[in-house]
This record gives sequence, structure tokens and C-alpha cells, in this order.
Amino acid sequence: MSEFRPYTLVAELTYRCPLRCPYCSNPLDWARRRDEIDTKTWLRTLREAEDLGVVQVNLTGGEPLLRDDLEAIVETARMLDLYTNLITSGIPLPRERLARLRAAGLDNVQVSVQDVVAEGSDRIAGLASFKKKLEVARWVKELGMPLTLNIVLHRDNLDRVAGMIELAEGLRADRLELANTQYLGWALTNRRALLPTRDQLDRARTIAAKARQRLLGRMEVLFVTPDYYGQYPKSCMDGWGRRFIVVSPEGQVLPCHVAHTLPGFTFESVRDRPLGEIWANSSALNAFRGEGWMPEPCRSCDRRARDFGGCRCQAYHLTGDASATDPACVLAPSHGLIEAARAEAATSAAGLRYRAPVIPSE
Amino acid sequence: MNAISRDSRLKLAAKARLRYDRKADRHMLLYPERGLVLNATGTDVVQLCTGEHTVGVIVDQLAAKYGQDAPTVEREVMTFLTALAERGLVQEIA
Repeated sequence: MSEFRPYTLVAELTYRCPLRCPYCSNPLDWARRRDEIDTKTWLRTLREAEDLGVVQVNLTGGEPLLRDDLEAIVETARMLDLYTNLITSGIPLPRERLARLRAAGLDNVQVSVQDVVAEGSDRIAGLASFKKKLEVARWVKELGMPLTLNIVLHRDNLDRVAGMIELAEGLRADRLELANTQYLGWALTNRRALLPTRDQLDRARTIAAKARQRLLGRMEVLFVTPDYYGQYPKSCMDGWGRRFIVVSPEGQVLPCHVAHTLPGFTFESVRDRPLGEIWANSSALNAFRGEGWMPEPCRSCDRRARDFGGCRCQAYHLTGDASATDPACVLAPSHGLIEAARAEAATSAAGLRYRAPVIPSE
Repeated sequence: MNAISRDSRLKLAAKARLRYDRKADRHMLLYPERGLVLNATGTDVVQLCTGEHTVGVIVDQLAAKYGQDAPTVEREVMTFLTALAERGLVQEIA
């Protein structure tokens, strides 16, 4: 048995999605990955996850609604008494299906919009979808379910945070996630066009903090800052292989959404072995558990048990070394990379490259 | 947010669900992307948040169950319920 107990299973049911957001955390070559695990394997994975200690499951993707076995998956999750969140774009979702999902035991629905104005939201989504999303959000509340509204923040919409809060209040959302883009996957490709300035970020954060106080007890207002403007790194996923299990559409067991992009690791699949064995024995999951792998300045840092050295994927994608200190940390030898990206963002007028069903050439 | 008083009647919010955690023989209060680990008293309080009882009744029941004086129990219960209310996990019913 592993000394670590997972509490949350992130079930990435598919990479397919009708939206094309240029900050998507899915793999750049998602379109090449077609080999999704079947219903039976997902239901077994849920049972094995619960057996390991998982109490919450996030059904996500891609767009989980594109799986026609979503009802069966929700039903089994609920039967296992897992708190079940659907993380969705709301496209495509007829009201009757939402009602069926509720009847199957769905606990919470998180709907994303990309902006507060249709034009901005549809531009980022790459699809006319804003109105439909709001309709779905209203249905969630009409059917008596809690609603989380999620909006990913970036340079072009960060100045509209006040409007986002107003939108969430109007929808009677229970939780508003204002989550700044983190620069991995498609977002790293589009960093020059997405990264905000520090002034923008500070203004938005102040507005969100005031709303959090005003709405205390009614709506939870979450404001996630971009790693690029933090002084110290976040405890990414609460530490590698500690509290979260991510299972990819193909069944790979990962510590986070992005870890399959790290070279030199073999992530095992729930197709081949029970989840419990993988959780305890996977060499990839064990690679960054504990503190033995840490380089300086992490190894002797008094924050190491709090942030676990930050994000391994960010370390790899910026420095080429997955075991380096997260460059987001001001103490990291590579922190200059972050400073340079910020300086570049302040002057850049780059365009967006959309998530598309082609293999991007780097 | 209105302050909770002895006369308040509270019920668990739609987003919150109490779950027995057999791994650690305790209860957890789960809500979107989060969970609170409850001790025995916390579990009792949450189980009594059905909208039937006033906070005063909950306090009296717990004081009797644990053989403690009511003012002490009341302070603890109020602090706990206020923390839950701030997270939107309990709601006052009119």
C-alpha cells in the first residue's frame, strides 16, 4: 500500500470537444488519440478508486457529454457514494439529459463560459456557444442542482471580472471559479497572446476579493492567480501522486492532466492493472513523491512540505528538466524565464492559435 | 450573511453531502472540489441540520449527550456553524 491516500479522481472521459479554446490543457496531439477506454473499464476504475479512498470524482475531458455512457458512469459513482462533479462546456446538452443525469445522482455541475459577452466567449471557444451555455446554467439551478460557473482568465477578458461576478450572481451560481490560464498545453503555445500584465491582474484580484467578502455564504468566489505572477509556486495538485488521481481517456494513470507530456516516464494503464496496484507501485507516480528527488533550493527550503517544489510539468516544459525547481519560484535558478515571459507579454500583440484536429508542428 | 442565533433553523445546502469515510472511520462533509473532515461532535451537528431543530435545541441535545455545560457547547456549535455558513454549506430556513 502507498502511504498516500487519493481523495479525488479526475476522470478525463474523452479528449473530444466541440470547443477549440486556445488554452486547453489537453495534449497538443489529442486528435491522434482515439483509443478511449470502454464503459466497463471506467466503472471498474471508479470502484477501485473508491476502494483506495477517493471520495470525489470530477467527470471531465474534453467534453464528457460526448460519451453516451455518462449516465451509467454517474450512476455507478453515486452508488459508490462518490461526490460527483460534471465539468462541462454545456455543449451539447438537452434539458432532458441533464434531468436524467440529476436522477442518476449527479451532485454538482460546473459550466464554463469563456467571457461575459457572447462575442468574446464565442471567439475563444471557436464556436457560437455562449447563449446555449447560459441556458444550460439556468437549467442546472432550475433542476435544483448546485452550479459552479468557471471562467478561464487571460489578457483579453481579465478586465471584465466585475461583469463575470455579476453574471454568476444573476445565474445564482453557488461557486464562481475565476481561474487564470496556466501555461501548459495549448496555453504555452499561445502564451504571448494570453499572459496578462501585472496591473491587470492586480485590479482583477482586488475586485474578486471584495466580491468574495460581499458574497460570503451565498457564492464562493475563487480567484486562481497565474503561476507566472506568484512569488512562490503553488502546491500543484497538492503534490505529485498524493491526493489526486487523473485517469486519461486512454486509461493512463497520471498525477495531473499534463504529466503524459514528460518524457522518460511510463504511465501505466487501468486496462492492464488494477488502479490500486498502479497507485502504489507505478514508478512514474513514485518519481516525485517524498523529498528525495528534490534539487536545491527546494531540498533545504522550509516551504518544501507546502508546495512540493511546484509544478513538475512547468519545470520540464520551461527548463527541459522535470525535476528542476518550478521556474515560477523566485528562488529558482531558472526564474529568469518567467521574468522574460512577463516582459514579453507586456509588449506583445500576438494572435491566438486554436486547438484544432491537426498535429501541430513545433 | 445573517448571524446565526439560537433561534436559527439550519439545513444542509444542496451542494453539501455528508459521507461516512470507512477508510478512517469518520465522516466528511463533501462539496464541490472540497471536503471537510468532521469530528464526532461536528458530525452530530451536521446530522441535526435538517431544518427541524433550532440551533438552541441542537446545543441542548449535544450538551446532554456529552455531559458538558450548555454555554461551552453553544460557543463551539456557533463557531462551527458560522464556519459552515460562510462556506455556504448550511442555509437558514425562514
